Amino acid sequence: MDTSFAPEDLAFRDEVRAFFAEAYDSELQARLNNLETFKEAVIDWQKRLYKKGWIAPGWPKEYGGTGWNATQKFIYETERSAAGIRDVIPFGLNMVGPVIYAFGNEEQKARFLPGILQSDDWWCQGYSEPGAGSDLASLKTRAVREGDEYVVTGAKIWTSYAQYADWIFCLVRTSNEGKKQNGISFLLIDMKSPGIKVNPIVSIDNHHSLNEVEFNEVRVPVANLIGEQDKGWTYAKALLAHERTAIAGVADSKRSLAETRAFAEREVNGGKSLLSDPLFQKRLSDIEIELMALEFTELRVLATVAAGGAPGAESSMLKIKGTEMQQAVQELRMEVAAYYQGVLPNDLTPEQLGHDFGSQARQTYMYGRASTIYGGSNEVQKNIIAKAVLGL
Amino acid sequence: MNFEFTEEQGMLRDSVARFVQDSYDFDTRCKIAASDEGMSRENWQTFAELGWLSVPFAEAHGGFGGGPVDTMVMMEEFGKGIVLEPYLATVLLFGGLLQRGGSVEQQAELIPRIIEGSCLGAFAYLERQSRHAITDIKTTAAVQGDQLVLNGEKVVVFNGASADQLIVAARSSGEQSDEDGITLVLVPADAAGVERTAYRMMDGQVVANITFTDVRVPVADIVGEAGEGYAVMSPVITRANVALAAEALGIMGQLNAKTLEYTKTRKQFDVPIGSFQALQHRMVDTFMAYEQVKSLLYRAVCELDGEGDATAACVHALKVLVDRNGKKIFGEAIQLHGGMGITDELDIGHYAKRLMMINTTFGNGDYHQAKFNELRYSA
Repeated sequence: MDTSFAPEDLAFRDEVRAFFAEAYDSELQARLNNLETFKEAVIDWQKRLYKKGWIAPGWPKEYGGTGWNATQKFIYETERSAAGIRDVIPFGLNMVGPVIYAFGNEEQKARFLPGILQSDDWWCQGYSEPGAGSDLASLKTRAVREGDEYVVTGAKIWTSYAQYADWIFCLVRTSNEGKKQNGISFLLIDMKSPGIKVNPIVSIDNHHSLNEVEFNEVRVPVANLIGEQDKGWTYAKALLAHERTAIAGVADSKRSLAETRAFAEREVNGGKSLLSDPLFQKRLSDIEIELMALEFTELRVLATVAAGGAPGAESSMLKIKGTEMQQAVQELRMEVAAYYQGVLPNDLTPEQLGHDFGSQARQTYMYGRASTIYGGSNEVQKNIIAKAVLGL
Repeated sequence: MNFEFTEEQGMLRDSVARFVQDSYDFDTRCKIAASDEGMSRENWQTFAELGWLSVPFAEAHGGFGGGPVDTMVMMEEFGKGIVLEPYLATVLLFGGLLQRGGSVEQQAELIPRIIEGSCLGAFAYLERQSRHAITDIKTTAAVQGDQLVLNGEKVVVFNGASADQLIVAARSSGEQSDEDGITLVLVPADAAGVERTAYRMMDGQVVANITFTDVRVPVADIVGEAGEGYAVMSPVITRANVALAAEALGIMGQLNAKTLEYTKTRKQFDVPIGSFQALQHRMVDTFMAYEQVKSLLYRAVCELDGEGDATAACVHALKVLVDRNGKKIFGEAIQLHGGMGITDELDIGHYAKRLMMINTTFGNGDYHQAKFNELRYSA
C-alpha cells in the first residue's frame, strides 16, 4: 500500500500546474462568469484543453483520451480544482462520448466523437421526463419506426443548457412489452430538427440553465440509434455510473472548503476572526475530516477502475457522500456570509456593497440543492447500494 | 499509487483471520474474558509461535521489521474476534517505547523476551486527574545518586495486572502538564513499593491501578533521556491510535455484517425485516460510515512515515471519525437487532463495548477534534 507520488508524478503535477497557469487567464474567467459570454468562453477553454490533448482524461487513448493512470487523473483533477477551474461541461465528454465509443458503431464514432472532443457540438441530456424522475425507466417519450426514421413525440425535463445545445441524447420508448426497462432505446437527436421546442425553467438560484424540451413528431434517422433498439437501458446505466463518479466533485469541494475557510478567517465577529470561534472550527473540521476520508474513498475507486474494474455501486456511494459534502460546504459558506447571503446580483462594486462573496455563495447554495436530486436522487442511490452491495 | 497488500501482509492477515475463526469463537472469548487475567497465556504462546509478537520489531532484535500496514492488517483481524490478549499493551506500547527510546541494553534484553512471549508489558501513563491529557503527570521520579525514586499512582493501566514489566511515565521536572520533564522509567512489576489493584473493564480486559511508594530503580532503567519522555511516547501513541482504529474497523465490519445477516433472516409482518426501505437506507448509511473509516485509516497509514503536523492532523481526524462512525454503527447494530441487541448473550453488545473502550483510549473524538482544530485553524 503506497500513495506517495513518484518523481514522474511530481513532474506531471508541475506540468499540469504550468499549463493551467498559462492557459487559464483572468480574462477567460471573467467571460465564463458572464452569462452573455458563458457559452463561447466554455468552448474557447475546452478547445485549449483539446489542443493540449487533455480534453478527455477518462477516455481510452485510441479514441482521443490521455492514457493517464489513476494517479495522473487524480493529480489532474486536484490541480484543476486548486486552480479554480470548473470541470468541462459533462454531457458530451463524460456522458454521451463514452456511450458512443463503447456501444456505437464505427460510423457513429467517426461522426460524433471528433465534434465532442473539439467542443464543436454542444450536447445535452434527455433522460428525465415530467412523469419520470427517480423512476427513470417509466419514461414515456415514444419513438415509432417509420422506414429509415424514428418519429419521436414526448417531453424531457431538467435539461441543462438545452438552450445552447446542438445535439441531445435521449432515452425513448420503442416498446411497451415486458419489463419497463426493456423497450427503451438510446437516440441521438439534432436539436435543429423540426418539432423540437425548448422551454426555459428558472431555477431556485434565479438562473436559467434548466429547460423542458418538447418533441412533436420529430423525425430522427435510424442511423442515430446507438446499439440495438430496445436495449438502451443497458447503455444508459453504464453512463450513469460514470456520471455519478463525476458528480462527487471531491477535489472541488476541497477547494471550496479552503476558500470558505479563507473567507471565515477575514470575517470578524465580535472583534475576533470567525475562524477562531470554536463552534465554527467544529463545523469546519466536521466537513474537512469527512472530506479527507472521501478523498481516499475516491482514490480507492479510481485504483479499482485502473485495475480493470468498473465503477459500479461504489459510484453511488461517491455520489451520495460527495453531494452531501458539497452541500455542507455551501451551507457553511452561507453562514460565513451572514446577512450578505441575501444580496441579489447587482452592478455594485464590492467596495460600494461592502462585501464580495455573499450573492455568489447563495446562488451556489441554492442551485446546490439539485445535486442530491440529479444523477438519480441520493435515496435512489441508497436503493442501488442496498441491492447491489448489501444484497437486500 | 496502490492499495494492495504485499504477499507477506496477506499471509499475516490470513494467519490472524484463521486463528480468530478456528480458536476464538464467541463462547471461547467469553470464557477468556471471565478468567482471572481476562486473557489467555496459552493463546499468547500461540501468538509467539506464529511470529505475531515479532512483527513491529527490528530484525536486529529478532523482529519481522514490519511497518504500519502489517500492524494494521493484524489489528483489524484482532478486532473481528474482539481478541483480548494484550497485543496493544505489550507489543505496540511497551515494546514500541523500547524500540523507539530504549537503550541498546534495554532493547537487547527485553525485545527478544517479548517476541518469545516470556515478557508481558504495560505502559502506565494515565493518572486520576489526567483524563485525555497524557502530559498531566504528578507521579514523581527523583534522582538519588545512581538511583531513581518513584512516587505516585497510575490508573487504568492496560494489562497492568498481568504485566511483568512496566514503563511508567513520571515527572522529573517542570509543571504538572508540561511536555518537558516527563521521564519514562522501566519498573519490574514485582519491585518493592509497587502495589497493583486489578479490576475489569466493560470490554473484558483486566486493568490495574498501580501505586509507587519509594520505588527504587537504577538510573540506567530510564527509557530514552531523562525529562525527554514525551518525544518517545508521542509517536508511539500516534501509532497506537492508528492500530486502535484498525481494530475498530474490524469491529465495525463485523457489526455491519452481522446486522445485515440478521435483517435477512429475521421475519416480522411475514417478511424479512431487511426488505423494509427504512432499514435498508440505515444499513447503507452504516456501510458508508465503515468505508469512510477505512479510507481515512488507509490515509493515516500511508502518512505515518512522516511525523509532522500533517501526520498528526490525519491521525486526529481518524480518531474523530472512528468515534463518530463507530457510535453510529454500533447504535444501529443494537437497534436493528431489536430486543436481542440488548442482551448479554448476543455478541453485538460486546463488540459495541470494545468500540466504546477504543474511543476513550488515548483521547475521545472531541479531544482529537479539538487537537485537529488547533493544528489546522489556529493562527
